[in-house]
Amino acid sequence: MKGPVFYGAGFPYRDTQKLPGKLIVLEGPDGVGRSTQIKLLRRWLEDEGYAVSDTGLTRSALTQDGLDAAKSGHTLGPLTMSLFYAADFADRLENLIIPALQAGFVVLSDRYFYSVIARDSIRGIDKAWARALYGIALKPDLILYMKASVDSLVTRLIHGRGLNYWEAGMDMHLADNLYDSFISYQELILKEFDELSHEYNFVTVDANRKSNAIFEDLKEPIMQLLHNRLTKGKKPY
Amino acid sequence: MLKPNNTKGKLIIVEGIDGSGKSTQIDLLYKWLQSAGYSVYFSEWNSSELVKSTTKAAKKAHTFTPTTFSILHCTDFADRWENSILPLLKAGVIVLADRYVFTAFARDVARNVDPQWVRNMYSFAIKPDAALYFSVPLDVAVERITAARASLKYYEAGMDLNLSNDINESFKLFQGKILAEYDKMVDEFGLIKIDGTLPVKDQQKKVRAIIKNILTGWEGLPNPNEKPIGVSNPQAQGKGEKK
Repeated sequence: MKGPVFYGAGFPYRDTQKLPGKLIVLEGPDGVGRSTQIKLLRRWLEDEGYAVSDTGLTRSALTQDGLDAAKSGHTLGPLTMSLFYAADFADRLENLIIPALQAGFVVLSDRYFYSVIARDSIRGIDKAWARALYGIALKPDLILYMKASVDSLVTRLIHGRGLNYWEAGMDMHLADNLYDSFISYQELILKEFDELSHEYNFVTVDANRKSNAIFEDLKEPIMQLLHNRLTKGKKPY
Repeated sequence: MLKPNNTKGKLIIVEGIDGSGKSTQIDLLYKWLQSAGYSVYFSEWNSSELVKSTTKAAKKAHTFTPTTFSILHCTDFADRWENSILPLLKAGVIVLADRYVFTAFARDVARNVDPQWVRNMYSFAIKPDAALYFSVPLDVAVERITAARASLKYYEAGMDLNLSNDINESFKLFQGKILAEYDKMVDEFGLIKIDGTLPVKDQQKKVRAIIKNILTGWEGLPNPNEKPIGVSNPQAQGKGEKK
């Protein structure tokens, strides 16, 4: 079995040669319905007999206090914020994702570092710098990108949890109100994601549709991935 | 990989292993420059209040990995960089830093983090106008630290590396690894080596000669009040800020 592949140097001080699990990343903007899909995928995979671990880009215990303080005080510069997110990512990768992969789990990651470099990039962070920083990241087996128009995101959010300061990128002073800021901000994010999707080979799924239709589209590449694994004579879990 | 200093200010930093005497020297330098009427600002490694509150719990629980340890120290540095060091350099202030990016390059690589990766992470920083490296033999530094300190801390002693179960022994082995990394960086980054075993006064004489040379013919931000410089962002204020 070939060892895992990192985007860069990875973690030279720890043994990551054997990761029999599979890392599946679900990317997409705020309000696109990622968590709904993660729930559906998890249930489906477990029914199929796979051990599943899901992890999100929610804060790890490590940086929770710092990020909360930062968001309430608005005093952090873009570099500092970017590094806080990177620390958080590294913590989750080393302490949650890699151990789960070592134990043979299918790991469903609600977002990965692509979201972070998208938000960094539109705040003026150097792209090459950010990519090299995430040289610690493991290359996922599959990256699913739920792509949706800004209009469909607005519809979903307004009928859901509402627009919020950070998802609208209000810190960037693009507009004086949540709605206009959200539109401008998400358009910038969408553009970044288009770039990223080519660079990192995202499998793009049209997320402007009903949840069930999206789910069916997401299952397809996952079945392919796990099927290939079966034909190689590996047990599913 | 560090950026050239295109600001109006001057950046002077000190480096060395624990017990090398660098903090004593930079303190004397700070007071001297202050008395000479310059606008001077002092910034200390790992002193951003914001990051400190974050790292406290993880330090206690020993949950850092070499990578998270490394990134969080860079986060601390970035916070000081964005909120005080860079803006003050731009304004024409002399910024003195007790430890700089080289501390990360030495410590993180001693923890077996990839050397190029950590160098990239800090590549937003400016190459100092003077990087003074206080060099002392391992035994001297270890003796100074163990004599002055009741007990060593877990990460300070590199206990996370499992070099030894004995904290004093671990500290010594870890400092030895760091020392080896510093020695490699002398040529890579043009660190100015100063013999840290010399009497304090003799070292300071050398330091002042070097700095005088850098400041000759240079005019920075005026210092009409002859008072220390503070920064208004409360979270950016370092513990080492001179009151």
